[in-house]
Amino acid sequence: MWKFIVRRLLITFPQIVFLSVLVFVMAQFMPGDALTGLIDPNVSPEALEIQRERLGLNNPWYVQYGDWVGGLVQGDLGQSFRFKMDVTALISERVMNTILLSAVSLFFTYIIAIPLGIVSGRYNDSPLDSFITGYSYLGFATPIFIFALVMLWVFGFILGWFPTSGSVAPGLDAGTVEYYISKLYHSLLPGLSIALISVVSTIQYLRSEIVDTKQRDFIVTARAKGASENRVYNKHIFRNSLLPIAAFFGWEITSLISGTVFVESVFSYPGMGLLFLESVTQRDFSVVTALVLLFGIASILGALLSDIILSIVDPRIRIK
Amino acid sequence: MEADTVKMAEQKSPSALNILLRELYRDKLALVSLIFVLLITSFVFGVSIFLNQDEIVTVDLFSINAPPSDQFILGTDYGGRDVFGQLIIGTRNSLAIGILVTLISGIFGVAYGVVSGYFGGHIDNVLMRVIDFFMVLPFLMIIIVFVSMTPSYSVISFSLIMATFSWMGIARLIRSKALQEKELDYAQASKTLGTSRFNIIFKQVLPNITSLIIVTMTLNLAANIGLESGLSFLGFGFPEDTPSLGTLLSYARNPQTLEFRWWIWAPAAILILLLMLSVRNVGEALRRAADARQRRG
Repeated sequence: MWKFIVRRLLITFPQIVFLSVLVFVMAQFMPGDALTGLIDPNVSPEALEIQRERLGLNNPWYVQYGDWVGGLVQGDLGQSFRFKMDVTALISERVMNTILLSAVSLFFTYIIAIPLGIVSGRYNDSPLDSFITGYSYLGFATPIFIFALVMLWVFGFILGWFPTSGSVAPGLDAGTVEYYISKLYHSLLPGLSIALISVVSTIQYLRSEIVDTKQRDFIVTARAKGASENRVYNKHIFRNSLLPIAAFFGWEITSLISGTVFVESVFSYPGMGLLFLESVTQRDFSVVTALVLLFGIASILGALLSDIILSIVDPRIRIK
Repeated sequence: MEADTVKMAEQKSPSALNILLRELYRDKLALVSLIFVLLITSFVFGVSIFLNQDEIVTVDLFSINAPPSDQFILGTDYGGRDVFGQLIIGTRNSLAIGILVTLISGIFGVAYGVVSGYFGGHIDNVLMRVIDFFMVLPFLMIIIVFVSMTPSYSVISFSLIMATFSWMGIARLIRSKALQEKELDYAQASKTLGTSRFNIIFKQVLPNITSLIIVTMTLNLAANIGLESGLSFLGFGFPEDTPSLGTLLSYARNPQTLEFRWWIWAPAAILILLLMLSVRNVGEALRRAADARQRRG
């Protein structure tokens, strides 16, 4: 197992390097450089050139790349010209919102998907199962932003049960209990919108796992020993099917990223996804590069996590 | 119909296309979906010949946000533009770009996968690592960055950008199939006879995995229509004077429009859902047809 993990880690490292090169090249093609936003129009081109030289912007690309990576390692992601502040500080303001949103949506995903998957697998081909399968069929075909729009329209505007924008009610002091309750309340509807769409793959996976495991010899043995139906399902079958589900957790991160971009845009929820969209529109490119890099690293690490969990759970993966 | 039956009886086994069509005919839901997609497609492409796109996207300040009426079947948007006309042109544009992206990414992905699978060994290893890398990219954000950076932005460059980040799935699938296929007797026999690798790959292995390609591309088409409308919704797809279904939905990002003017966004939302669902239905029926164990008929 350790051999597999080490080998998997060895693949991860070049992946991150490639990602950083890609992002760096992207940044080079973006108009403007580190000075564009700061410049006073009265500064002469000669003085600008001296500044460029001093900041190393005239160095060959590999030196610049080295400087850039050196800065990254120390947490220096550059300056946002729109907000006139460090990108690191800007992102850390928003990152908690996105983490909260992701946590809420993961919570709902598993709390909804696991019971539905179990019911669907245990009573397969019953009317209830057809209903759940029908729902997942619809869910597979529904783009998340349309679903989020409808959720916002129905529960936010028509019924008025949930706030329709922002991440916290105005006028609350950070740190009070009301503040945290309001934060959670604001993240419920966006989180549910992601969850109700992303449950479908987990439901279908759990269902087919359970239908598969049902016919195995060890289940027949458990029944022959006289274990009750509930015990067979909860102890023997469910435990066997749950571990692969746990392994999917890391891959969820990749789909969660595109999910949050859409949902944050629909709900005007001030997280990293919305920051990304605003920065692209406002051409605040140092923020854009930093966010692409961070999201890329997050999904690379997510895939790594999943592969490692899966290798622990399922020995067949290791042998390959 | 009768002639068809006689013809089929004469053949030793029905052709792949015949099986696909027969499965579609047996699965009523898929048949209805296929007819729906074909009707919508021919309708929007047919009608949009007679519609003047410039006229529809011209701002008319005297009829801003008009609710549905006799003059405008589905009302107008914030620029006084006819929603129904935009819906038709938008559907045409969404379908066209969906098909274009599916074809570009499909052709590249199939070629990549079949080469990787057929050669195997080190080549396969390297090619697969490239795919692994592409798979973990936050592709949505990278597409958005490319879209906003492209200097001469057009439908072609938009589809190329989308295709660049959506060929991996089909390549992986085709590769694993090609890996199995090359071990079969016919491929081995051809190799012994000295047939060139190019001919074995593209003239012998490829035709044998056609059904898988058709199935995957159909399912990809649904996904690409969704991705395009999503990008247009976020404002990084077509420009506003070339409406797509996502453009109409993007007007709903204005809370006023979302709450009070359903006629602008709801028809586009329903149409996207129906289109994606129908294309998927057809794709799923084709998938069953391609796998003899799952066939219904």
